[in-house]
Amino acid sequence: MIELDKVTFSYSSGEFHLEIPHLKVQSGEKVAVIGPSGSGKTTLLNLTAGILVPTSGRIEVDSTRLADLTDAQRRDFRIRSIGFIFQDFGLIDYLDVLDNILHPFRISSALTLTNQIRENAINLVEQLGVGSRLRYHPPQLSHGERQRVAICRALLPGPKLLLADEATGNLDPDNKLLILDALFEAVTTHNTTLLAVTHDHELLSRFDRVTDFRTFLAPRKEVA
Amino acid sequence: MDSLYLAWCYLSYYKLRSIVLVACITIIGALPLALEILVAESERQLALRAESSPLLIGAKGSALDLVMNSLYFSDEVPEPITMAAVDQVLESGLAGPIPLMVSYRARTFPVVGTTLDYFDFRQLEIARGEMFSLIGQCVLGAEVARRLALEPGDSITTAPEAMFDIAGVYPLKMKIVGILAEADSADDRAVFVDIRTAWIISGLGHGHTDVTRTTDESVILKREGNNVAANAKLMQYQEITDDNIDSFHLHGDPGDFPLTAVLTVPFDTKSSTILQGRYLDQGIPYQVVRPAEVIDSLLATIFKIRNVLDGVVVVVGSATILALILVFSLSLRLREKELQTIYMLGSSRATVARLLGAEIIIIISVSVGFCTLLALLVNHFDQELVRRLFI
Repeated sequence: MIELDKVTFSYSSGEFHLEIPHLKVQSGEKVAVIGPSGSGKTTLLNLTAGILVPTSGRIEVDSTRLADLTDAQRRDFRIRSIGFIFQDFGLIDYLDVLDNILHPFRISSALTLTNQIRENAINLVEQLGVGSRLRYHPPQLSHGERQRVAICRALLPGPKLLLADEATGNLDPDNKLLILDALFEAVTTHNTTLLAVTHDHELLSRFDRVTDFRTFLAPRKEVA
Repeated sequence: MDSLYLAWCYLSYYKLRSIVLVACITIIGALPLALEILVAESERQLALRAESSPLLIGAKGSALDLVMNSLYFSDEVPEPITMAAVDQVLESGLAGPIPLMVSYRARTFPVVGTTLDYFDFRQLEIARGEMFSLIGQCVLGAEVARRLALEPGDSITTAPEAMFDIAGVYPLKMKIVGILAEADSADDRAVFVDIRTAWIISGLGHGHTDVTRTTDESVILKREGNNVAANAKLMQYQEITDDNIDSFHLHGDPGDFPLTAVLTVPFDTKSSTILQGRYLDQGIPYQVVRPAEVIDSLLATIFKIRNVLDGVVVVVGSATILALILVFSLSLRLREKELQTIYMLGSSRATVARLLGAEIIIIISVSVGFCTLLALLVNHFDQELVRRLFI
């Protein structure tokens, strides 16, 4: 599903430099990415999503080489094929739960909002236990409920890949497990690949595989 | 449509912000429109009335006060002249005089003392009832009757000039005998009485028990032959009825009775010119004015003020637009995270611009809608508003 080969990336300003010789994630795999802060975990997600472009190397997602796509094509590919779960959920306060979940369909012409999609959205929130909150706005929801809504939004377009950035961060242990259960169940049900950045080492056993980013963190070469 | 929907969600969620924005734009848009409509209507009303009033004779002083009082029955009462001015016009053989006495009020509406010639000149017609024929009777302008819900047969009392002045002007209860047809002018908002009734209201005439026949000696101050002087105990009538109308009388020389103006209708242009020339003499205590000229001068002043107001509106409008731009840019900064999220989800920068553009379109459309509604309302009630606010 994901294949990175000899990928390097560095920001134009700053000391950060990322080097990934090779990373491969199979379809349907649940992979956790761990590593110290600043090691490039979030950068990996952004590179995989096509938000950032590598300095060199090859990135393929679902057999699509991202470098071959234009900026607009990468955006369309992202919204169609990749679901994003942000650490702070990225829900829109002025939209209710249903509109938040349908939001990707309203901000891109790559997705078409139909009645079937609306029905799917309602089924999805029912599955994730927030069906009674359809007309609530994010500030009216609990932390866990917001998390579930974010998962629903990421899953609704039927992505083949789910990228989760600290999806269980800032949650108490009970809620962490609940959210992870919900996430894994959704991923399994929808046959989705999961690449999740996490700091929670106690949850790592739940993943199929763990990638430690310390191995990719290379010191920036001094320029003479 | 999705952009409009999302923009609508945003605006309806942050209601207060949206209302403030719409209100600001509406006010800035509607204010000059409303001013334009009202100024145009006030110019029309002022000019129409002035052009249909050939000449006015009044005391020397403010020509504007004289015109405003005589034509629009405003509160500014000019210095009085006497009935002798009417006689002078009559003797000149150049014009027809119509005396006017506009000093008092009844239930906040001006009481206009005049003669029947006024109604012929203004082409005022009785809609209900009949024209006054006796002292103590009055006819009401259409708006007075409507607003006070009065009909022929009812009565209306003049307002006392000085409530605590026991020697002052007492209110007079007048019988309403007729209601005028709508004239779309200041005449709709006046109470018309015979000029002699106006003098009775002013205290120059009164009615009381016959002191030559009274048996109550306590009301007699002095008796010298047929002349009897009564003291303040003598009861004066506050209403003129069929029973006491004969006791009403005026004191003094009719030529000295006061008027606020004489509406003068020259027989032709030449007569008008000659008449105006006669009143140029410094020794004559009156002035003759052409209302159209006075109003033209007033309109020229209004025009200048309007230009200043237009400038003020432009400055305030520009300041408001700058403030709105500031609000939008601050709002963009506050929404940076949200915009970043939708970009990361897969939206283009153009979509973000479309979302913000849709918000601006909705706000401006709603504001334009309110502006149009306000302008239509002001346009519909322009005559009423001008009368209440300006004239």
